[in-house]
Amino acid sequence: MASMNLISTQKLTKQYGGILANSNVDFELPTGQITALIGPNGAGKSTFVGMLCGRIDATSGEVFFNGENISHLPAHKRIRLGMAYTFQITSIFSGLSLFENVALAARPNLSKPNNEKQLNDKVYKVLKRVGLDDRAMQIASDLSYGHQRLLEIAMGLAQDPELFILDEPTQGLAESEVTSFIELVKSLAGEMTILLIEHNMDVVMKTADFITVLNFGEVLANGSPDEIRNNPHVQEAYLGTSSDA
Amino acid sequence: MSNMLSDTARGYILHISIIVALALIYDVLGNYHSGNLARIMVLAVYAMGYNFLFGYTGLLSLGHAVFFAAGMYGLGLSIQIFEIPTLLAILAAMVSSIVVAAGIGFLALRTSGVAFMIVTLMFAQAGYLTILYFGEYTRGDEGFVVAQSARQLFGFNLADDVVRYYAALFLFAICFLATFKLVRSSFGKTLIAIRENEQRARMLGYDTGKFKLQAIIISGLLAGLAGAAYALLFGYVGATFATVQYSIFPLLWVLLGGAGTTIGPLIGVTFMFYLIDLSSSYTSAYMLVAGLALVLLTLFAPQGIAGILRRKVFKWLP
Repeated sequence: MASMNLISTQKLTKQYGGILANSNVDFELPTGQITALIGPNGAGKSTFVGMLCGRIDATSGEVFFNGENISHLPAHKRIRLGMAYTFQITSIFSGLSLFENVALAARPNLSKPNNEKQLNDKVYKVLKRVGLDDRAMQIASDLSYGHQRLLEIAMGLAQDPELFILDEPTQGLAESEVTSFIELVKSLAGEMTILLIEHNMDVVMKTADFITVLNFGEVLANGSPDEIRNNPHVQEAYLGTSSDA
Repeated sequence: MSNMLSDTARGYILHISIIVALALIYDVLGNYHSGNLARIMVLAVYAMGYNFLFGYTGLLSLGHAVFFAAGMYGLGLSIQIFEIPTLLAILAAMVSSIVVAAGIGFLALRTSGVAFMIVTLMFAQAGYLTILYFGEYTRGDEGFVVAQSARQLFGFNLADDVVRYYAALFLFAICFLATFKLVRSSFGKTLIAIRENEQRARMLGYDTGKFKLQAIIISGLLAGLAGAAYALLFGYVGATFATVQYSIFPLLWVLLGGAGTTIGPLIGVTFMFYLIDLSSSYTSAYMLVAGLALVLLTLFAPQGIAGILRRKVFKWLP
C-alpha cells in the first residue's frame, strides 16, 4: 500500500452541526501522478483536502501518508512530512517581499537553514520556475492577483513537497494565465504527486492522469479522464450541468 | 540596495553608533538629563521586550506590567527576604520573569485577538493583587527601598550617578543588540511571518504555538530585566509598577516610537518622557498635552516615528 498510494483515507467524515460535509470518504491518491478532485460547489472538496493536511479536524475516520497513520498529527507536523498546500483564497505574507515569502517556505526544508547562499539559490530557483525571479524584492501586495497566485505556488515548490495540494489554483485567473498554469503543472509531473482541486474542466482534462469525483460529500466515481467523461453518473451529477464540459 | 553596504552592515553601524553616542553624551549632559537618560534606557529595555511581542510577533498584551514586576520583585524580595548576593538576585529576577511569562503565555495563548488582550490584562491584575495580598513581605503600595549595601555589583556602587548611567547603558546595549540580532535571525523572521499571516505560517510547517510561547518568554524576560534594573539602579520596589498604567505605557512607547522597529522603543520612551517632562513645567494639565500629542501621532503617523523613517528614508531599518 505504501508504495502505491501516497495518501489514503478511511471513512473520513466531517460534520458541521447537522450538515455532513464529508461522509465516510475512502480515498486513494496514487503516487507520482496528477490527480484531480472535482465535484459541484458544496461537494466537500475543500473540507476534504483540509482534513488531509490537518487544517480542518476530522469528525471521524483516518488519514494515511506513506502508509503511516497521521490522523492524530497537527497541521504543521503533516506539512513537515512532505506536504504543501495552497489556499483556495490566496494566502501569502502580503507585507513581505517575494524573496522573504519564498524563503519562509524554504527554510524548514533546508539542510542548513542559516546558510544564506543555499537559501538564496533555492529561492531564486523556485521564483525563476514560476517566472517571478525579476520581482524578488517587490512587496507581495504590490503584485497582480495572477502573480500572487504564482507566488503561492512558488512557496509550495520551495517546500520540496512529496504531495502538493492545489486548492482551486486557477480561480480568478485570466485565460492566458490559465494556459501557462497548465504548462507549469505539467512540468511538475514526475517530480511530485499533485492533488488538484479544480472547477475548470479544461484544466482538469489537460493535466490530470486520474480523477476522483465528489458529490454530496461522498466519492461518486474514480478513473481516468476518459472514464470520468463517459461515466453516466458523473454526467448527470456534474458535467451535464457544467458549461465548461 | 544600490549602495555598497549590506543591510546587515548598516544595521550594525546604526545600532553601535547609537550605543556609542549614548556613552559619549554623558559628559555633555548635566546631572538632570543624564539621570533622565538612565531611566529612559532602562524603560527602553522594557519597551523593547514589549515590542518583541507586539511589534514583531503581532500579539498585543495589556498585561506586561506583571513581567516588569516579576523581575522587580524577583530581585527586590530575594535581596530583602533571603539576603542573597546581588548577582544571584538578578538571576532570581530572570528566572522569576521567565516562569511568570511561560505560565501566563501557556494559558493566554489559548486565546487570540481581543480575548488575548483581556486575558493578559486580567493576569496582570491578578499579579498586582497578589503583591498587595502579600503586603507583609512586599509592603504593598508603599513598597520598600532596596538596601544600599545590596546596590553593589563587581565593586561598583550602582547608586552613584556615573555608575548608574553606564550600568543602564550596559543593559540597554546588550538588549538592543540582542533584539537586533534576534529579529534578523530565521527565528525572528518566523515571528514576523506569524504576525503577517499565522495560518499561512502554520501551513508552511511552523509550529506557531511554540514560536509564540517562545516570543512571550523572551518578551517577559526583557521586561523582567528592566524591572530588576529599575529596582537596583533607582533603589525602590513598589506595587505601582504592577498597575495597569505600567502595562499601557510600553504599548504607548512602542506605538509612538514605531512598532516592529528595533530603534522604536528608545525613541518612543525618550519622546514621551520629555513630552511629559516639558509640558509639566508649563502646565499642571501635562497629561492633556501628552494625550493630544498621542492622538495626533496616531492619526497622522500610525507607524510611529521610526516607522515613518523606515518608510520615507531608511528602507533597510530593521
